[in-house]
Amino acid sequence: MSASNLPAQPDGARERIGVYVCHCGSNIAATVDVEAVRDWSAEHLGDRGVVVARDYKFMCASTGQELIEQDIKELGLTRVVVAACSPHMHEKTFRGACRRAGLNPYLCELVSIREQDSWVHTDRTAATAKAEAIVAGGVYRVAHSEALEPFRVPIDPATLVVGGGIAGISAALEIADAGFPVHLVEREPSIGGHMAQFDKTFPTLDCAACILTPRMVTAGMHQNITLHTWSEVTDVAGYVGNFTVTIKHRARYVDTALCTGCGICQEKCPSKVVDTRYEAGLGYRKGVYTPFPQAVPKYPVIDVENCIYFEKGTCGACKKLCPTGAIDFDQKDEEVTVKVGNIIIATGFELFDARRVEQYGYGRMPNVFTSLEFERMSNAAGPTAGRIVLRDGVTEPKAVGIVHCVGSRDRNYNNYCSAICCMQSLKFAHLVREHTDATVYEFYIDIRAPGKAFDEFYQRVMEEGSVFVRGRVAAISDTVRLPDEEAHQGRLIVSVEDTLAGVQRRIPVDMVILSSGLEPATDAQEVARRFGITCSADGWVIERHPKLDPVATMTEGVFAAGCALGPRDIPASVANGAAAAARVLARIQEGELALEPIRATVDQERCSGCRICNDLCPYSAIVYHGWEQVSEVNPALCQGCGVCIAACPAGAISGSGFSDVQILSQIDGLLTALGGAPPGPAVEEREAVPA
Amino acid sequence: MSAKPRLAMYWAAACGGCDIAVLNLGEALVEVGSRFDVVFWPAVMDAKYADVEAMPDASIDITLFCGGIRNDENEHLAHLLRAKSKILVAFGSCASEGCIPGLANLSTLDEILDASYANETTDNPDGVRPVPAWRENGVTLRIPTLAPLLRTLDQVVPVDYTVPGCPPETKRIEDVVELVGKALDGTAVLPPRGSVLGAGHSTVCDECARERNVKKIGAFRRVTEIATIDPTLCLLEQGIPCNGPATRDGCGALCPAAAAPCIGCYGPADGVLDYGARLMSAFASVVDADEPERIEVILDGIADPVGQFYRFSLASSLLRGGREAMDQAHRGRASAPVGSPAANHPAPRLGRTPPSAPMLDVLGPQDHVPQRAPTGPEPPAPTLEPVGGPAR
Amino acid sequence: MSATTAHAGAAPAAKDGRFEPVILAFTCNWCSYRAADLAGTARMKYPPNVRLVRLMCSGRVDPAFVMRAFADADAVILTGCWPADCHYRIQNVKALRRFILLRRVLESMGIEPQRFQRFYASAAEGQQLAAEFDRIVEEVRALGPLDWAGRHAAFVPSATPPGAGVGEARAAAEARAAAPPPAERELAEVTA
Ligand SMILES: Cc1cc2nc3c(=O)[nH]c(=O)nc-3n(C[C@H](O)[C@H](O)[C@H](O)COP(=O)(O)OP(=O)(O)OC[C@H]3O[C@@H](n4cnc5c(N)ncnc54)[C@H](O)[C@@H]3O)c2cc1C
Ligand code: SF4
Ligand code: SF4
Ligand code: SF4
Ligand code: SF4
Repeated sequence: MSASNLPAQPDGARERIGVYVCHCGSNIAATVDVEAVRDWSAEHLGDRGVVVARDYKFMCASTGQELIEQDIKELGLTRVVVAACSPHMHEKTFRGACRRAGLNPYLCELVSIREQDSWVHTDRTAATAKAEAIVAGGVYRVAHSEALEPFRVPIDPATLVVGGGIAGISAALEIADAGFPVHLVEREPSIGGHMAQFDKTFPTLDCAACILTPRMVTAGMHQNITLHTWSEVTDVAGYVGNFTVTIKHRARYVDTALCTGCGICQEKCPSKVVDTRYEAGLGYRKGVYTPFPQAVPKYPVIDVENCIYFEKGTCGACKKLCPTGAIDFDQKDEEVTVKVGNIIIATGFELFDARRVEQYGYGRMPNVFTSLEFERMSNAAGPTAGRIVLRDGVTEPKAVGIVHCVGSRDRNYNNYCSAICCMQSLKFAHLVREHTDATVYEFYIDIRAPGKAFDEFYQRVMEEGSVFVRGRVAAISDTVRLPDEEAHQGRLIVSVEDTLAGVQRRIPVDMVILSSGLEPATDAQEVARRFGITCSADGWVIERHPKLDPVATMTEGVFAAGCALGPRDIPASVANGAAAAARVLARIQEGELALEPIRATVDQERCSGCRICNDLCPYSAIVYHGWEQVSEVNPALCQGCGVCIAACPAGAISGSGFSDVQILSQIDGLLTALGGAPPGPAVEEREAVPA
Repeated sequence: MSAKPRLAMYWAAACGGCDIAVLNLGEALVEVGSRFDVVFWPAVMDAKYADVEAMPDASIDITLFCGGIRNDENEHLAHLLRAKSKILVAFGSCASEGCIPGLANLSTLDEILDASYANETTDNPDGVRPVPAWRENGVTLRIPTLAPLLRTLDQVVPVDYTVPGCPPETKRIEDVVELVGKALDGTAVLPPRGSVLGAGHSTVCDECARERNVKKIGAFRRVTEIATIDPTLCLLEQGIPCNGPATRDGCGALCPAAAAPCIGCYGPADGVLDYGARLMSAFASVVDADEPERIEVILDGIADPVGQFYRFSLASSLLRGGREAMDQAHRGRASAPVGSPAANHPAPRLGRTPPSAPMLDVLGPQDHVPQRAPTGPEPPAPTLEPVGGPAR
Repeated sequence: MSATTAHAGAAPAAKDGRFEPVILAFTCNWCSYRAADLAGTARMKYPPNVRLVRLMCSGRVDPAFVMRAFADADAVILTGCWPADCHYRIQNVKALRRFILLRRVLESMGIEPQRFQRFYASAAEGQQLAAEFDRIVEEVRALGPLDWAGRHAAFVPSATPPGAGVGEARAAAEARAAAPPPAERELAEVTA
C-alpha cells in the first residue's frame, strides 16, 4: 500500500475528501494502472477537496476498510470515494466502514472501475484514463452529497405466499409455525403443485403423496394460514412492509361452509372431462371435481365450461343430491383485500410443450408420452392404477425409450438445462423396470447427477440393466424403412447417433417417454409485472444476487422460492421456501425496515399546483391538496425513481441521494476531468475473454 | 452632486417595450421623477455616451438595463454602466434571458444578414451590406458591429438584480420602485444580490384561476383549432400548449385568463438551469401514450418545439446560450471555499433559490461570469446610502 | 502518472489519427447498470469511450443533464429496462416520451440524432449492452467530433477556446474585460 498524501487541505475546497483505489488483487490492477489513478487523483482533484489518495490490494478486506476508518478519524475526512467494484457489490461494505468511523454513510461514494472498466476493456492506457474520469465523477459528486438517514418503514407481520406448490407450502409453514399470519394463494382448486402428481421421487424413491400430503394437511389446518385456492392476485399496491393485495376468489359454486367433502356430487355428475391438468391428459375428472382425493382443501369446484347446468340449464344432479345443500349455482367471483408486509412468489414451472418438437411426434403418435403422463401412469392412484401400458390401456411395452433434454439445452427452444430431467428419467427407468420386463433405453446428451445420492442412483439404474445411449435423438417415427425392420411394424423407431459407438442407430421401442424441460408459467412475465419484479429473458424470476441473495428479488419486500426462480428439484424448492421464510421472519421480528433514503420532496413554496406530476407516480405517492393548490410526496410511498423530479416544470421537486447537483457534478467530473476518450482497440480486434 | 439618488435606464438589443412599460407607470412616474435624479435615459431624454463616460465610477445608484447584447455598442454600454452603477438591474426578458432577439442564436451571422439584406423581400441589387466603419471626406462614420451571438446581460457583466417579463408588468415595476424607495428610506432591506425582483418564486399556474386536474395530454392543438375553449378549465388540459407550468409567476396569469396560453415571458422559476428543458420534460411526461409511434403523433402537435420551449430563453439556454451559459452551469457546481474571498463575494444574478432550499449549490470564482443560487452565508445586499428623510 | 491531464475538456485523443469519441451513457440502477455489471462479470468487451452515469431510473434523466453532457461529449446514450419491465413499473415510458421530444429539439438545434440514442437492456443482457455500445461508438466515430463548445467558441470570437475548462474560461473572461471597448478596437483596425 502506498499513499499520495497531500499536506493540507487546499484552499478553495469545502470538503476533505479521501480517494481509495482498489487493486482487487489483479482484477483491477491488471488492466488499470492503480497507482497512476491514485497519483492523478491526488494531483488533479485537490482543488475539489481531495486530501488523501491511496491504493490498496483489497479495499473490501477488513484492513482496507480500516484504512478508511483511520483516515476519517485522523485526517478528518468529510467525504469518501472508493474506486473498486460495482456499488451493487460493496456499497454497503464501505458505507458501513464510514459509519463505524462516525461519518454519515451516505457521504461515501463507491465508483466502479472493475465491472465498468477493468473487466470490460483491454487497453491499459485507455482503461486507466477512464478510471480517472470515473474517480473524478465520484469526487465531484460526493462533494454535493448530503448526510441522510435511512427511511424506516414498519413491517406488517402478515405474509403473502403466491403459489401452493411444495416451495410455497414450505415457506408458508415456516412462517406460520413461527406464529405469524400467512395468506397462501393458489390458482388451482387444491394446493400441492406438481409434486402432487408424482408417484415416487428421486433419488430416494419416497412416495410423493406420503411426504406431501401431511404438509398439505398441516398447511390447510394451520391456524395462521389462510388458504385462498381457486384464486389469483389481481392487484398489488403499496410497498415493503405495507402491501395491499387484492385477491380474486373465483366462484367455486360450492358453499365451503356447508360442504363436507363427501364426494357425492363428483360421483353423480354425468359430465366427464379429460383432465389435462392433474392427470396430464391421461385420465378423466368430472364437471364438479377435486383434482385428487387428498386435495386440500377438500371442497370441489364446478368447472362451468364443462357443466351441463351452466351450458344448458338442465341437470343439476349435484345440487339435488348434495346432502348438505352446498351447491350454489349463483355464487359470484369475489375480491378480498389483505394487508401484508412481505410477499413470496412460488409460482413454480410449467412443462415444456413437447408438441413443439415435431420430429418427436408427441400428439401424433399415441405411444409417445410426456414425463408428466408417465408420472400419472406409474402412480398407483393414477388412471392406470400404476400399470405401465401403451395408450390402448392394456398392452405392456417390451421396450421403452426415454428421451432426455426435450426442449432444454437446445437453441431452438431453451438454452438452459432443466436440471431435474436426468434424474427424473433415471427414476422412470427404474419404475419401468420395477413394473414391467421391458428393456429401457436412456437417450441422453450427458447425465447430470450432481446432487446428494444422485450419482449412486444413476449407478443403481445402470446396474438394473437399462441401456444408455449417448446422443440427441434425431427423430421418432412409426414407419419401418429398412428391410430388417419389418418385424417392428407398428412399433416406434428412435433414430439417434450413438456418439460413444460412433454409429447411427434406429432402435425399435413400444413406448417413448419425453423428458420435457421446465419452463416458467406462461403468465410469468405478467405476474412479475404485477409484483413489480423482473424476469430474465427466459422468464425466470431474477434474484437480487445469484449467489449471495438467491431468494430475494430486486424489489424490497418481494421474495421468490422454488421453480419460479429456475428449474430445481424438490429439496432445493423446500430449502428455498424455508430461506425466503427466514428472510421474511427476520424482518417481521425486527418490526421495521431501514430503506434507502432516496426520496422526492416537493418545495411547497415553489409548487404552483400545475398537477403535471400528479399522475406520474406508479406508487400514487404524490397527493394534491386542492385547497392549497400544492402537491406533496408521501415519503412512505415514494420509491425514489426520480421521474417527478425530472418532470416538475417549476423545479419544485428535489431528490435526496440523486439530486440534480449531484448528477450534474458527476457528469462534470466524468467529462471534464479527462482529455477525451482514451484510445481503445478497434472493435474487430476485440474478443471476449472467458471469465 | 444631487441629493437625490441617481437613476439610469438603457436599451440595448430590445424593442423598447420595457421603456413603455415604465412610462405606463403614469402618475407614479411623477413620483419616480421626484424621488430620483434621472441621469441617463435615451428613450425619453437626450443623452451622450460621453456624459456617462465622464461620470465617476459607482456614481449611478441604480441602472435599469433593458435589452440583450447583440453588438459592440451594447457590450460597451454594458461594461460602462456596470462600472458606473452601484446596482445594475437586468430589466425585462431581453436583458435577463435574451427574449425574441435571442432566437437569432439559431442562425449564423451570415444567415441573419441575408435575411435582412438579401432575400426576396429586399430590393438590394448591389448586395450592399453594412460595414462597421466607413471613411469618407476624412470623416469616419461608424455603426456598431454585430456579434455572432446575442448574449444576455449577465453573460457579459455581473448583474445585481433581475426583473423579468416581456415587458415587466407595470404593477410589478411599481412594486420594485416602491421597494427601492423603501430601501433608500431605510424602511426595507433589499434582497440578496442575484435575486429576482418584481416576480414570485413559483410559476404562472400558481396565479392562474383555471381549474386543473391530473394532466394527461392526448393531443396538442393550437388555440385556433379549438372551436370553443372551455372558459374555466386549464388550457393545457385542453391540449393547448400553455407554458404556465414552467414560467415564473408575477404577471398575474393574464394570458391564460384571456384564454391565450402562457408563452413564457417571465422566464424560468427559481433554481432552473434551462427553461426549455424543464418545460419539454413536463410536457413529454404527461403525453398520454406509451408506444413510440403514438407518442410521436401526439408530439407532432407541437409544431415548432424550439419556438415553444425557448421563445424567450434561447440565449440563456444550455445549448444555444454560447459557452457562457454552459460555463455558468459548470461553475455553478464547483465546490466553493468556506471563508475564501469567493464566499464573501456577493453572488449576483437570478438569485433564484431561497437560501433555505438550495437547488443548485453555487459558489465559485467570480468575475464576469454570473453565479446562481448561493449556499453558505447569505450574500449581503448591495448597500444604498439612505438619502433624506422618509419619502414625501 | 498517466498521460491524461485534468480539465482538458473534450478534446478527443486520437490514436493513429482515429477519432475517439467521448460518450456518456445514462443507466438505470436495476436493469442497464446491472447489464453493465454482468458484461463486466462475464468479461465481455466494449470500447472504453463510453462512460456510465448510474441513476435509479431512466425516468430520472432530465433533458438538462443531456444538454450539459453535450458541452463535452460527442454523444449521449439513454438506457433502461425494457418496456413493462421497469423496476418502477412504467417509469421508463416517461423516459421514452422525453427522449422523443428532446431528440426533436436537439435536432432543431443542430445535434444529429445519431448522437442521442437509446436502447433497452435487461439485467440479463450484458451481451446486448456491449454490442449496442460497440455499434454506437462506431456510428459516432463515423460522424466525427461534435465539439459543441468549440462551435460556440467559433461563434463568439472573444470566447473561450474549445476544450478550455473552468480555469481557462475565467482567464479568457478576464482578458475580455481588460481589452479596450470593442468599438474602439474596430475603428483602430479599420483606420489602420
Ligand atoms: C415429470 C417431473 C418429475 C419430477 N420428479 C421429481 C422427483 O422425483 N424429485 C424431485 O426432487 N423433483 C422432481 N421434479 C421437480 C419438482 O416437480 C419441482 O422441484 C417442484 O415441483 C417445484 O415446486 P414449486 O413449488 O416450486 O413449483 P410447482 O410444483 O410448479 O408449484 C407451483 C404452484 O403455484 C401455482 N401457481 C402458479 N402460478 C400461480 C399464480 N399466478 N397464482 C397462484 N398460484 C399459482 C401452481 O398452480 C402450482 O400449484 C419433477 C418434475 C417433473 C416435471
Ligand atoms: S350440475 Fe354440473 S357439476 Fe353438477 S352434476 Fe350436473 S354437470 Fe355435474
Ligand atoms: S409538477 Fe411541480 S409545480 Fe406542478 S404540481 Fe407537481 S410539484 Fe407542483
Ligand atoms: S420519485 Fe416521484 S414519481 Fe418516483 S416514486 Fe417518488 S414520488 Fe413517485
Ligand atoms: S392554463 Fe396554463 S397557467 Fe393556467 S393552470 Fe393551465 S397550464 Fe397553468
